[in-house]
Amino acid sequence: MFPKGTKRKFSDSREEPVAGGEDVNQSSLAAVRMLSSYSLQRQSLLDMSLIKLQLCHMLVEPNLCRSVLIANTVRQIQEEMTQDGTWQIMTQALSAANAAAQCSADRLVATEVLCRQTEAAQGEQVPKPFPVVGSEGCPAKEVLEEEAAAAEVGMTMSTVSPQAPTSYLPGTFGMDPCWEEEETGEDDDDEEEEEDSEECGSGSEGEERERDSLVEDTRTAEQVFGTFEIKNPAPSPDPALEELFSDVDASYYDLDTVLTGMQSVPKMGPYDLLESLSSHGPSPLSSSTSCRSDLNELDHIMEIIVGS
Amino acid sequence: MLNPIQVLCSDITSLSLEPEPFASYTEADIISTVEFNHTGELLATGDKGGRVVIFQREPEGKTEPFSQGEYNVYNTFQSHEPEFDYLKSLEIEEKINKIRWLPQQNAAHFLLSTNDKTVKLWKVSERDKRPEGYNLKDEEGRMKNLSTVTSLQVPVLKPMDLMVEVSPRRVFANAHTYHVNSISVNSDHETYMSADDLRINLWHLGITNRSFNIVDIKPVNMEDLTEVITAAEFHPHHCNLLVYSSSKGTLRLCDMREAALCDKHSKLFEEPEDPSNRSFFSEIISSVSDVKFSHSGRYLLTRDYLTAKVWDLNMENKPLEIYQVHEYLRSKLCSLYENDCIFDKFECVWNGSDSVIMTGAYNNFFRMFDRNTNRDVTLEASRESSKPRAVLKPRRVCQGGKRRKDDISVDSLDFTKKILHTAWHPTENIIAIAATNNLYIFQDKLNQEMHG
Repeated sequence: MFPKGTKRKFSDSREEPVAGGEDVNQSSLAAVRMLSSYSLQRQSLLDMSLIKLQLCHMLVEPNLCRSVLIANTVRQIQEEMTQDGTWQIMTQALSAANAAAQCSADRLVATEVLCRQTEAAQGEQVPKPFPVVGSEGCPAKEVLEEEAAAAEVGMTMSTVSPQAPTSYLPGTFGMDPCWEEEETGEDDDDEEEEEDSEECGSGSEGEERERDSLVEDTRTAEQVFGTFEIKNPAPSPDPALEELFSDVDASYYDLDTVLTGMQSVPKMGPYDLLESLSSHGPSPLSSSTSCRSDLNELDHIMEIIVGS
Repeated sequence: MLNPIQVLCSDITSLSLEPEPFASYTEADIISTVEFNHTGELLATGDKGGRVVIFQREPEGKTEPFSQGEYNVYNTFQSHEPEFDYLKSLEIEEKINKIRWLPQQNAAHFLLSTNDKTVKLWKVSERDKRPEGYNLKDEEGRMKNLSTVTSLQVPVLKPMDLMVEVSPRRVFANAHTYHVNSISVNSDHETYMSADDLRINLWHLGITNRSFNIVDIKPVNMEDLTEVITAAEFHPHHCNLLVYSSSKGTLRLCDMREAALCDKHSKLFEEPEDPSNRSFFSEIISSVSDVKFSHSGRYLLTRDYLTAKVWDLNMENKPLEIYQVHEYLRSKLCSLYENDCIFDKFECVWNGSDSVIMTGAYNNFFRMFDRNTNRDVTLEASRESSKPRAVLKPRRVCQGGKRRKDDISVDSLDFTKKILHTAWHPTENIIAIAATNNLYIFQDKLNQEMHG
């Protein structure tokens, strides 16, 4: 439908078609435009929903009703995209992305759970790209400092292994983290390769950063995918928000993670329990004195174990 | 599958959400629940800071004709404090989600208040007499020198300035993993239920260390969770019947006589989806935010994002009446989803005779629908438009087309000013409207108003 080799920007589809357009009759062009518009809107809705699910994990336990409704919306879009065939494109691209990312396995870390990204950012912020995911775990500020310890802490709702992203297939429940795609499924085959490589991160600069990091290692992914043009003028989320979530980890797009994380008590090993208890320093609320002395003791124990 | 030609939303630009420039109130002052007691003499409000304020209606019969039954502050107390869940590392908000009065059985008043996790029973009592003439203590309470006591006297009760005392009588804790959204006192006056997102528990008012789970919709795998409980209420007369609403827009009537666990409903009220209005937001806007039995017990009133519906308990397949609260928002759903307003939970109420229903909207508007005449009115709760004893002027939202003077266009609605909580006096035409941190009380006839 579009001339081969031409790199399409979203704006192009809105304007008159480029050379070769005389081959396309007006009605199908209009249909394509409407379809593109619809897909774009759907895509932006999907983006928005996933961001909302991430934002859920704050100081107070997130509203379960809201999360369930957003998750259902995401599922609905996902189902429709699967039927459309656009989902497969994203999955393929994701596999390609994973293959590229896995070569730097030494930089992969186990998924961490951080309740409060803002607090963590203000606190002992380690420049390591620790994936920032929400909820039910403990703040784990101190865990951030000790990388070795952190790698072992399994305070996750669902630990994401390096291979995990490939499990995010349409059939299962998990959401693909990197499913940004071109406007329609009817792309020229020759453009497929371009699409795949550009797969992660169409959208604004901030958005693509977010997506890159989803493939577990921010820097590697960025090297692989490079920079991208702005593909669609989707309503870009707040740039401040994007920065906040630039280290979002892949497992965040797993709806299971989101839903289970919100309510279940995490399966924590004894190691984790110590850490969670000891990191409750800035609790604004009063606790019994015995509790406080316990916390101090645990703090002390933590320091010994970690050897700081 | 959605027709791909169908447009998702016509307006992707976000709606303006400018907050009040002065912001003279704190977040803790935001009113989160309003409830009249069974006689209407008392009105309780709960706020985000965990406080409860009780208003009492002044008795009528004063000489001044306009002081007919004003509500004045009767008592204020701190019901809930913020807590910290150490296991999950999450704060438990002290915000009062619901207040329910118990039917009065003696001189004292009792009310239940709840935050996300804990329900408390409070006793509100008056003290207007105090004993005087103790033998061992003097008037200031100091111990007397016993050598000065030469005779015995019997203490007598003397009148004193009215003192209102509020004391916690029961604390019903540790029964909810999820956030409590509703409490409802049973007509047997002995039990009540508390409902969270996934479970409903039955309590006895006198027993705090045990509750019975009567509804549980938690799936074995939380990954399969697609529906939550949004509101629940006991039938006003039949102590065995309760109704609960879900985020998918269904209502379930349960009979506690059938089984110990009422997961299987007796009746399921659901309106079939209108395929022409289908969009990605259909499910979200169908989520029921509030459900109320009529005083007669014959009907159910539900509120979802755009409509209020009246259901007949005898007809499950569709509602009896549907009232459009703010249909003009249908084309704005995308923006409302973006700014989270689509998740606002509006409540709804019946009037005493079940002939009028009322619910809130945005821009400090609230709507009343007369079921008999099919007339409706939009009113505004704001300082500017509500001088004492002024008659409330009906408002109108225009969507383009003919615009009359004083009409408000959809795009200039203030979505930060939302009226989520309203209450109607059980017998008279007196309504209480909570607008963010302000409480407005409007009356019929003399239209007396008061700012809280």
